[in-house]
Amino acid sequence: MQTFDNASAGSIVRSMAERIVENRAYLSEIDGKIGDGDHGVNMAKGFGMAAERLKGKDASLAQSLDTLGTVLMTEIGGSMGPLYGVMFTEFAETIEGADKIDAAAYSKMLHAGLAGIQSIGSAKVGDKTLLDTLVPAVEAFDKATADGRPFDKALEALVAAAETGRDSTINLVAKIGRASRLGERSLGVLDAGATSCAIILKELAVGAQTRLVDAVG
Amino acid sequence: MQRFINDPDLVVEDTVKGFVKAHSDIVRLAENPRVVVSKDAPVAGKVGVVTGGGSGHEPAFIGYTGRNMLDAVAVGELFSSPTAKSFYDAIKEAHGGKGVVVLYGNYAGDNMNVKMATKLAAKEGIEVATVVANDDVCSAPPEEREKRRGVAGEILMWKVGGAKAAQGASLGEVRATAQKAIDNCRSIGVGLGPCTLPAVGHPNFQIEPGKMEVGIGHHGEPGVRVESLKTADAVAKDMVKIVLDDHDLPAGTEVAVLVSGLGATPLNELYILHDTIESEIALRGLKIAKVWIGNYFTSLEMVGATLTVMALDDELKTLLDVEARCTIIL
Repeated sequence: MQTFDNASAGSIVRSMAERIVENRAYLSEIDGKIGDGDHGVNMAKGFGMAAERLKGKDASLAQSLDTLGTVLMTEIGGSMGPLYGVMFTEFAETIEGADKIDAAAYSKMLHAGLAGIQSIGSAKVGDKTLLDTLVPAVEAFDKATADGRPFDKALEALVAAAETGRDSTINLVAKIGRASRLGERSLGVLDAGATSCAIILKELAVGAQTRLVDAVG
Repeated sequence: MQRFINDPDLVVEDTVKGFVKAHSDIVRLAENPRVVVSKDAPVAGKVGVVTGGGSGHEPAFIGYTGRNMLDAVAVGELFSSPTAKSFYDAIKEAHGGKGVVVLYGNYAGDNMNVKMATKLAAKEGIEVATVVANDDVCSAPPEEREKRRGVAGEILMWKVGGAKAAQGASLGEVRATAQKAIDNCRSIGVGLGPCTLPAVGHPNFQIEPGKMEVGIGHHGEPGVRVESLKTADAVAKDMVKIVLDDHDLPAGTEVAVLVSGLGATPLNELYILHDTIESEIALRGLKIAKVWIGNYFTSLEMVGATLTVMALDDELKTLLDVEARCTIIL
């Protein structure tokens, strides 16, 4: 059975922050087409701030996710602050007691994050939001493990589904948030939240994949 | 950008610093620098009245902090909801032992952050009630009124809620009266020119020269139609028609009228609009009891104006007459 070590995986969160900061201008540009163009600015601010707080600390993945979630929730407002803030703090709470994370724990973590988002937001799949990335990604992961595929292959399936989900937002009409005021005019453009969510899920998955070891049993 | 700023990322910090210095007789800053508090707050035995929203709408939201108005205001980034923590800290600052009512506008971020702040407050034993403003007529059809955005009608909701709380009403009573206030409001915006978030550096939407956008939102959300710019007279007639057709008020109803600039429209043009607005309202047999004209709720440097009409009853009229000591004369 494949697992990875919680205590030594904290740097995944720092890599995730680097990707978000790198994509600051890109995310703002996408957002600017149908939103107010500050998604990249706010995301980079929050993730950058969290990375700064984690710098030089030997934090576990659970602790790092908790720091990130707390920063987003307390320092970054808007819609993304609470949505990602809840997702990461739920991720953190689910895995905080685990030394080793296996596919079952990873799935539990994803579901807790998704449930957290759904408890404060009212979006559904198809509304052109980050859920269009997150929901199919979680489903693909669960399906892969149910089909008996190993953790690393399930993570591959997750990333592929996240990216397909992200791209599906191009053909969706926004139903929620600021872009929803555009109606049909929101067609043809990626959703910024779905895009940042794909970056986050991929970085988390790749970080886990590179740390997987075959545990006995 | 022809703007008076220091650092585009510190626009909100710098705004709040200047605001608190200028109005230290009326407000103070909470420990959380994103919460502006009335000097009187918390008032023991009074329901606390709180709002919050993105910055860039000054004098909203902070300018309405003060006695008989808002006890505390959560401050967000430009056009972006305050954090749940800031809403929570504002609730704590406003709590005088009788609970707190949060009177805010219908935006996805604000809805989520207020919801989370309410949960945090409940854990501390603070009872919180909310009213969500949805006075912007063009943002959704009448059958989906709950989806409409909150705009300048929020100011009248705060005035009514603040006055009701000052009279010693219970949390439930303040909530119900503030709800009635916003239910009685209808607003419309017309945009003639876009606005720019300094950190973004370019306008987030465009209005072609010679055009106007009818029904525009407070952050440039698209309106119901873009058409050629008409005379002030014709624009004012359109605005009154859209607002009152949605309102369906019986002749003889008394109303309050608020005409606000969106930031870059000169005050004189608001009076030009109002000249026709007042005549049109009178033509419908409505009686104008109160009028406010000015930059009450802006959208950075957007060119344009909003009209809010509030139907009055005796209670609302009395509450609107209660003098508020905030930075804005109301």
